[in-house]
Amino acid sequence: MIEIRNVSRRDFLKTGAALGGGLMLGFSLPFLHSSGEAAGPAGSTSSLNAFVHIGTDGTVTIVANHSEMGQGVYTSLPMLVAEELQCNWKTVRVESAPVDPAYNHTQWGIQGTGGSTSITSEWDRLRKVGATAREMLVAAAAETWKVDKATCRAENGAVIHSSGKKLSYGELAEKAAKMPAPKDVPLKDPSTFQLIGKSIPRLDTPEKTTGQAQFGIDVTIPGMVTAVVARPPVFGGKVVSFKADKAKAVPGVKDVVQVPSGVAVIATGFWAAKKGRDALEVVWDDGPLAKLSTEGLREEYAKLAQTPGAVAEKRGDYQEALKKAAKVVTAEYDVPYLAHAPMEPLNCVVDLKPDRCEIWTGTQFQTADWDGATRVTGLKPEQVKIHTTLLGGGFGRRANPQSDFVVEATHVAKAVKKPVKVMWTREDDIKGGWYRPMWHDRITGGLDSAGNLIAWRHTIVGQSIMANTPFEGDMVKNGVDETSVEGARGMPYAIPNILVDLHSTKLAVPVQWWRSVGHSHTAFVVETFIDEMAHAAGKDPFELRRILLAKQPRHKAALELVAERAGWGKPPAEGRSRGIALHKSFSSFIAQVAEVSVNASGKVRVHRVVAAVDCGRVVNPNTIEAQMESGIVFGLTAALYGAITFKDGRVQQGNFNNYPMLTIDEMPQVEVHIVPSKEHPTGTGEPGVPPIAPAVANAIFAATGKRIRRLPISVDDLKKS
Amino acid sequence: MSEKTEKEAFAPVKLSVNRKEHTVSVDATTPLLWVIRESLGLTGTKFGCGMALCGACMVHVDGEAVRSCVTPVSDVLGKEITTIEGISTDGGHPVQKAWIEEEVPQCGYCHSGQIMSAAALLASNPTPTDADIDDAMGDNICRCGTYQRIRRAIHRASKLMAEGGKK
Repeated sequence: MIEIRNVSRRDFLKTGAALGGGLMLGFSLPFLHSSGEAAGPAGSTSSLNAFVHIGTDGTVTIVANHSEMGQGVYTSLPMLVAEELQCNWKTVRVESAPVDPAYNHTQWGIQGTGGSTSITSEWDRLRKVGATAREMLVAAAAETWKVDKATCRAENGAVIHSSGKKLSYGELAEKAAKMPAPKDVPLKDPSTFQLIGKSIPRLDTPEKTTGQAQFGIDVTIPGMVTAVVARPPVFGGKVVSFKADKAKAVPGVKDVVQVPSGVAVIATGFWAAKKGRDALEVVWDDGPLAKLSTEGLREEYAKLAQTPGAVAEKRGDYQEALKKAAKVVTAEYDVPYLAHAPMEPLNCVVDLKPDRCEIWTGTQFQTADWDGATRVTGLKPEQVKIHTTLLGGGFGRRANPQSDFVVEATHVAKAVKKPVKVMWTREDDIKGGWYRPMWHDRITGGLDSAGNLIAWRHTIVGQSIMANTPFEGDMVKNGVDETSVEGARGMPYAIPNILVDLHSTKLAVPVQWWRSVGHSHTAFVVETFIDEMAHAAGKDPFELRRILLAKQPRHKAALELVAERAGWGKPPAEGRSRGIALHKSFSSFIAQVAEVSVNASGKVRVHRVVAAVDCGRVVNPNTIEAQMESGIVFGLTAALYGAITFKDGRVQQGNFNNYPMLTIDEMPQVEVHIVPSKEHPTGTGEPGVPPIAPAVANAIFAATGKRIRRLPISVDDLKKS
Repeated sequence: MSEKTEKEAFAPVKLSVNRKEHTVSVDATTPLLWVIRESLGLTGTKFGCGMALCGACMVHVDGEAVRSCVTPVSDVLGKEITTIEGISTDGGHPVQKAWIEEEVPQCGYCHSGQIMSAAALLASNPTPTDADIDDAMGDNICRCGTYQRIRRAIHRASKLMAEGGKK
């Protein structure tokens, strides 16, 4: 149904540079009419535009161009359309968009989901989509009745004439699809919103309670075989040779083939493929990282941090200010590589025929995958289709700049000449790279004799995630990757003399955006150091922040709200201590207070987390609360447990026994408070993550007098001797 | 190896899943998870770790919560296996209802396993305390962090079951 228009497979590369640069594609309403194939809903439907189909039975199908990975966009995006469409919410269903430029991200110019941007980027377009469709339905009714459009109104899935005549959207659908799309449709006054701002239940909840929800791993197509791939144990390694006899002797194993990323074992099902891989003998060349160790890397990074890097921000003269300072504090921080570890291990189904290729996978990055599959197969873009399934978690991993898991699966399909599902085990997933980079930070702060923070020098050392991606041109300027310094550059605090600089290290460990990206480390460093400076100045950490935020009303409002709701200033429950942190990311302002206790053996227990969030106008409050709960657990898991480490080039973790996750018995009570706002809606999927590590670390200081400067938090360091 | 010879390689295994008899030809050491998912096509039961560490693969074997990723098929012969698809015909199990009412799932991947663990808990302990929930659910990982809602939903399901019992 969806025709591919005016696209070259290199468009992704050309337009990809617009990430964050604000390329706004013209709003278009391609007149797509159902031909009964591809992504369209079954039965008789009319497509009013790329995002809305209305069936003759009145069913409203809204096409979601952002992937559902838990964040709730399969409900919140339809809410934007339905609000203006004036349809009955009970008639709304959602389906995933095929890959097509019509579904490109409004800011990135490619199709993808990330950066906590789904709502903020679609807020205008999808409301216009709904309003345009509504006006077409009204026009169809007016023409049917031969009356003036102005005498008709749309309401609850029907157009009603002033005389009381009524036609349902289902009755009008076919005619409406042929009406011209009006330009500059009026949008509703927010005070009249019926859906936006309400906790509308998620559309995908029922199917997620019955086992019916389809994730990529659940896709089966006729004649399909299953593959697992043996990949180099060291990043940058290569296959020297392999012996497949023992693998092929495993019942169910059908073939063993070499692909660019390793050696694929093909079998009738997962278990046989995995047993086959266990029996496979591969000789690897470990390559240049054969001796890589986390300890060694940390030492190198710490040395680099003592030399000047590329300047990311310079305000005043921090060196002069430090000379005048009454008190100077320097601290060094280390945070590790982190794996995303979505609950659904990576997988991808590819059906490659001589003249077409169909792909089923849970992806956040359709255009990159499209480009990758097109390159591998040599097919034309219009011959490659991508079906986006539900994602069993993404957190950034399923938006791979090299399209690694899709490209690899396409290579396997090419080699085996059969429909194939490539599956990753948990170990493959955790050892598979594309981590949040390891970082080392060094900060020096200076206080004057009155305790004012007058100087700040922050040096950051770590890998650039944007290097060698289509986004490098736009995101890396003067040697500074924006995502390496975000949250450290442009701090809201009024400090007169600042220098932030960066060393971008080059290493073959593949790194990538991980939920909240650079903020995942800068918030920890900045917010614990601010806390440290407050104590050095003899000031309350909340009060010091308030003073430094005098000219930052939204930061200040979130901070004050969280302090009030958490009871800051009043003593916490017996045995508990509080820590506070504040961080703006993805244009949202989040403040958190954590209440923790630390027992004699050093075990940290987080009892309660109070969060205040200003994410602009609220679309679905329940979803925002859920994302804050989720971000807090994600960040807390990393703070308490998360670390990918290397020894002799090999990742030392592989499953949830040595890369543990927070569990229900460790879950704090989370309370979310939303700052009312009429501002443009902003991100919620990621911003809940950054403040939790510093809030907890600051609470641990309050409890023990010990500063946490390395993550994950070490139980041994907190043990009472 | 052809399909035919492979099938011949294994003696047929009889399984009772969701009150239905199935005969499959698989290596008897194959974990139940893969038989459920791949041989029977019941994909609601999920693969998460393969080492009994995450609970995504939880099913009931004779009413007990069991991790199917480490349970060889040979261990469950003659036993009644229930998967997420089998705990109700219409999504109407009190745990499923409570999950919907509390808006628990996010990505949703782990929730078949969470629901199976919760249903087994409530079957043996209809009014669990928070500590009981911690004990029973402590090995079910949710990477989206829905734990607070899982706890609320279990308490709600407990109430729904009590109300159902009164009718």
